[in-house]
Amino acid sequence: MAVAFYILAFFSVLGGVLMVTRRNPLSGAFALVLSLVSLAGLFAGLAAEFVFILQVLVYAGAIMVLIIFTIMLLNLNPNEMYEAPVGRFHTVVLVALCAVGLAAFIQVFSQLPSAVTAIGPDFGSIEGVGEFMLTRYLYPFELVSALLLVAIVGVVLLAKKVI
Amino acid sequence: MTDYLIITGKAVFIWAIALSFIPLLIWFERKGAAFIQDRAGPNRAAVAGIRLAGLVHNIADVIKLLLKELLVPPHVNRLYFMVAPLLGFTFILLAFAVIPWADVLEVAGRRISMQVADLNAGVLFVLAVTSLNVYGIVLAGWSSNNKFALLGGLRSTAQMISYEIPLGLGIAGVFMAFQSVQLNEIVRGQGELLWGFLPKWGLIVQPLGFVVFLTAAFAETNRNPFDLPEGESEIVAGYHVEYSGIRFALFYMGEYAGIVLSSAMITTLFFGGWQVPWLPTDALVAHAPTVLRVLLAAGGLGALVFALLMVVFSRRVRGAFGDLREYEGHVLGIFNIVVAAALLIMFIWSYSITLPEWGARVVAAVAQVSTFLLKLVFFCWLFIWVRWSLPRFRYDQLMRLGWKSMIPLAFVNLFATGLVLLLIGRG
Repeated sequence: MAVAFYILAFFSVLGGVLMVTRRNPLSGAFALVLSLVSLAGLFAGLAAEFVFILQVLVYAGAIMVLIIFTIMLLNLNPNEMYEAPVGRFHTVVLVALCAVGLAAFIQVFSQLPSAVTAIGPDFGSIEGVGEFMLTRYLYPFELVSALLLVAIVGVVLLAKKVI
Repeated sequence: MTDYLIITGKAVFIWAIALSFIPLLIWFERKGAAFIQDRAGPNRAAVAGIRLAGLVHNIADVIKLLLKELLVPPHVNRLYFMVAPLLGFTFILLAFAVIPWADVLEVAGRRISMQVADLNAGVLFVLAVTSLNVYGIVLAGWSSNNKFALLGGLRSTAQMISYEIPLGLGIAGVFMAFQSVQLNEIVRGQGELLWGFLPKWGLIVQPLGFVVFLTAAFAETNRNPFDLPEGESEIVAGYHVEYSGIRFALFYMGEYAGIVLSSAMITTLFFGGWQVPWLPTDALVAHAPTVLRVLLAAGGLGALVFALLMVVFSRRVRGAFGDLREYEGHVLGIFNIVVAAALLIMFIWSYSITLPEWGARVVAAVAQVSTFLLKLVFFCWLFIWVRWSLPRFRYDQLMRLGWKSMIPLAFVNLFATGLVLLLIGRG
């Protein structure tokens, strides 16, 4: 199991790095797909089958397809891309700072007394997720759906000139 | 060790079914098209005079496609261009992992579930994996660096995204009706009887859901009347216009594997899957000797009838060809008489033996697999039937049907299902 974790973790990080460094936007998008699918694999490794499937279905299967659709519609030529406004030196410093910050963050939080409890066998199963969403997290869930509805209406309002 | 062997065997079995259905479907398509358009269909390719009604033509096709040059045009993105055909095929095959083809088999103290992976999330796995299938088409369309290919890829993306919603909502109604998302549980739920005589199939408890699901499944497989990504008359051949040889064939194999998968899903969700109508697994096991005899007798008589037809056929074509093809009927007829004799001898022999417990269970499983395959073949034929009967949609009509008819219908179905469940007190 540990081997599977390291392989999937490697690919999810690799996908993230490639996504930032590729000049071609479509290559970047596919690198992100690789990263998301590897992340889904990590969920499967945690025996959270439903979360694994949602990750593939929603992120890799729907959201990324929309992003790729947009990229293909724009049909961007890699040679027309602008150089990133930050220089190479700045990038290195920024990445180093982020790494140090992350390490410090992990260090601090691992010192705190944790409230970790053993999770039941239906964690990440369809029953477990459904029950959480419709009992304990019902209000946040409904609020998020209202937010999404507002976003959809807003997009239509912005995109359409005459209604 | 045995566990690994069992899982490997199951994976090999379901893939063997999926892959051997592909040549069968291509033959079905050609002969079906010919039948509907009142033509003869392929009848020339022959191996030593045997044509098998055009089935041999597939071998000629495969040899042709394998030997053709794998052309990579200039100005294409080489890596993506070569990966794309593989993607389209891989994900479809992966989705077969959760299709059940018989009830749980209990042999030698083991409970062998007749599906490769009995996932907790069941059907959703199929949705998730097939939603990745679109990448093959998109990549092919984009990397070909061809306007027509790009248009095909764009159309396909929009179509897949649009119809995934009614597909998922249509399945949600089935989840509600059978109170489960696991395919095997859903099939078991369809073994019950409604009002004492009607099998409780998904079609009967979810008629509207079936219409929505069937429409969306046609759109997801890019088949007529929704084959806009190819649209020969508008965009030449869409996303695979730049492909040749076996890479081109992979797209086609992916399409036919998609048909098999969709038919398997329709069968499992709406037509009782492996359930033999009115005969649940217990009854099949209890009456195993009778079931065995019926299977053997049906097979034997079928082969005998086929042999007789072959005799009639060879009498009719006598002197028409003047070569080896005249003896095709004889060869097939003799072969079928041998098969019929073997099956009928086994039929008589079955009266002199008593089946052991595991034998009865295996017989029941064989009956269920046969039922499943029969239903599967019927729905594969339905896909071909529709293709040669309906014209292609226009693009705006496709989108209007998807967003303005199918999605509201799916919601109406969900609401009605919920209401009924509430009224009969199972909600």
